[in-house]
Amino acid sequence: MLYVVIIFLCLSLLMYVLLGGADFGAGIVEIFTPFSMREKLRDTTYKTIGPIWEANHMWLIIAIVILFVGFPPIYTMLSVHLHIPLALMLIGIIGRGTAFVFRHYDAYQDDMQKVYNFIFTYSSFITPFFLGLIFGAAVGGQIDPEAAGFYEAYILPWFNLFSISVGVFTVAICGFLASVFLVGEAKRADVKLVVVRKAKLFIVFTVLAGGFVFASSLIDEVPLVELLLTEWITIGTLVLATLAMIVLWMQLRSGSNLLVRFLCGFVVTAILLAFGYHYFPDMIITKSGENLSVFNSAAVGKPVETLGWALLIGSVFILPSLFYLLYSFQGDKEINQANG
Amino acid sequence: MDDLLAARSQMALSLGFHIIFACIGMVMPFFMATSHYKYLKTANPIYRDLTKAWSKGVAIFFVTGAVSGTVLSFELGLLWPEFMLHAGPIFGMPFSLEGTAFFIEAIALGFFLYGWGKFKPWFHWFTGVVVGISGLASGILVVAANGWMNSPSGFDYVDGKFLNIDPVAAMFNDAWFTQALHMTLAAFAATGFAVAGIHAFMMLKGKSGDFHRKAFTIAILFGAVAALLQPISGDISAKDIAVRQPAKLAAMEAHFETSKSAPLIIGGIPDEEAKEVNYAIKIPGALSFLAHGDFEAEVMGLDQFPEEHHPPVMVTHFAFQIMVGLGMILVGLSLLYFIALWKKKSWQLKRWFLWLFVLATPLGFIALEAGWTVTEVGRQPWIIYEIMLTKDAVTPIPGIQYSFFIFTAIYLSLTVIVTFLLYRQIKAVPESLNQKRDVPAES
Repeated sequence: MLYVVIIFLCLSLLMYVLLGGADFGAGIVEIFTPFSMREKLRDTTYKTIGPIWEANHMWLIIAIVILFVGFPPIYTMLSVHLHIPLALMLIGIIGRGTAFVFRHYDAYQDDMQKVYNFIFTYSSFITPFFLGLIFGAAVGGQIDPEAAGFYEAYILPWFNLFSISVGVFTVAICGFLASVFLVGEAKRADVKLVVVRKAKLFIVFTVLAGGFVFASSLIDEVPLVELLLTEWITIGTLVLATLAMIVLWMQLRSGSNLLVRFLCGFVVTAILLAFGYHYFPDMIITKSGENLSVFNSAAVGKPVETLGWALLIGSVFILPSLFYLLYSFQGDKEINQANG
Repeated sequence: MDDLLAARSQMALSLGFHIIFACIGMVMPFFMATSHYKYLKTANPIYRDLTKAWSKGVAIFFVTGAVSGTVLSFELGLLWPEFMLHAGPIFGMPFSLEGTAFFIEAIALGFFLYGWGKFKPWFHWFTGVVVGISGLASGILVVAANGWMNSPSGFDYVDGKFLNIDPVAAMFNDAWFTQALHMTLAAFAATGFAVAGIHAFMMLKGKSGDFHRKAFTIAILFGAVAALLQPISGDISAKDIAVRQPAKLAAMEAHFETSKSAPLIIGGIPDEEAKEVNYAIKIPGALSFLAHGDFEAEVMGLDQFPEEHHPPVMVTHFAFQIMVGLGMILVGLSLLYFIALWKKKSWQLKRWFLWLFVLATPLGFIALEAGWTVTEVGRQPWIIYEIMLTKDAVTPIPGIQYSFFIFTAIYLSLTVIVTFLLYRQIKAVPESLNQKRDVPAES
């Protein structure tokens, strides 16, 4: 059962990055879009993510619940030592979720929209940045359970070049996911042109940010590069991701929506897989070297077993309806016609 | 402000905020589905417009409830890591099921909100019903988790260690049923009266009478039935707490000394130093009867507990009085409504009648917040009743007051924005009714 729980944890994190990431990305892309085009882009965004965005957000809750039920030492250590970035990420989550709905459901489309848009776009940026930063900090090796000083215990674990670079990388990935996804959704030629350009921009960003992660790991002495280069699975996965990225670039304008989206999802999944494989089973790398892994931090006995069953039973209900939801609202099916 | 107080305040604020939105998000889908059912049966477009108008409210409240709930799931760890380290695996069962229920709710809401004209009408209606049922289920599950803090079970506590954990037994703790029943009824009563009050106000302003009358009727029927059932649930809760958490009952009643034939204390100002209540009305023997069903029974007072384990009497007592008092007012209004429904039809159009319901708009929610104050403050100083003290669970990170200030500011601004949005939503209803009668409304 422990493996079931671990698989669900990885799955929910992956789904959150993929679906939630595309979702955050929509806001990030908006920041990089000229004001004159934002209105049209927004219409596309609404139609695309409107029906599913709340479900996307649920993956995070599932992951958190799995952590505190199944792996409480990991959940509490993150909560204590990464309190500040977690709180900042929460502020981003609040701002983004509410602003998205406010701007959509406000009865009048007036100047208040500017306020909602401002909150929406910038919190779309802040949330994945801190999410990535937290990922980076967890494996960055700067968390010291013995630290006494405020700076050493609560600031240093995340306020370092490596964590920040992972945060930037996450932002780039979200923009990449969203812009490629929107390419398939854009019906009008002018919108499509904008989105294709954004997609290319974010591919470049992603590659640069990935380089930044490696560079900062060398500067901060996080043993990432030399270890990655000794594991053939991670090397293979990263090479495949790179190849997929190149094909994606060439197919972006004229390729089929399905292929482009598949490649985009594949690239991100491969990157996560490579890093996940590299760190597995550790979740938190500490300064003392006593790392917290999914094995040594798992709750003993029944909690993990019941959690596993709850997840299995839940997925029987959730996954089919979620896929039906995604299927019902994707692509060419007209949504806003013929109201009751 | 020390860190413990700041952490408690932030938690109280987050919960207090979340509860309102979660309750509305949990109950309004039922109003929406009822109106939708009427539309499918009668084909009266007013019901369609009403369903759509309410569904926008549901969306706004669902999302605000969902994000504030997400915040809470993080705050449990951010503020009480020591508690979560031990409690997480034990009371996590309802949370993991709640995740499923909530996920289903989010998916169903996606279908419902964006599904107008896209699915077969009854399937579309069904997705709305699923929103309600799964929302209700997630509410009950979260309350079950809270019940565990009041009545910890499903583990053996040996030498400070939590052993032999049984998450299913923990979920079905002794408090879960009474708390879930009381909470569910409270949510229906509070939301029913609040929604009815708003529509009564619109009727008074003379706008789209038929629309608001239908809305008022659906909302008040749910609210009034729940309000009438609530005293029964309250009685079950009181008898339960008398056995399970006598210190909480003593604090609720400001009952300082153990006595037989204990009086029920109504109102009054507790003096925690002198251990007495001033200016109160006392009904002899009534507390013994309410707590144990016997006018002579002995009721445990605070003197049975060490001073450092006393809950704050003043806050708990006042909150309890407010909850019961407001609950009684809602019972009275519910009776009045049913009298009007059966015997005095003419009352329903009278201004004084509508004004009573307008004035009652916030009462249910004030009672609800007061009720949660009783549950949570009445449990202090324990975070896990008689197992772990709140002060031993608080996070070691200093400066929590800054976090408290920031989150207070965020919640205040959200409250302002949501109120503003609802105001505009309601203001827009008659316009859309007049202009878009036969034009498809935006989904």
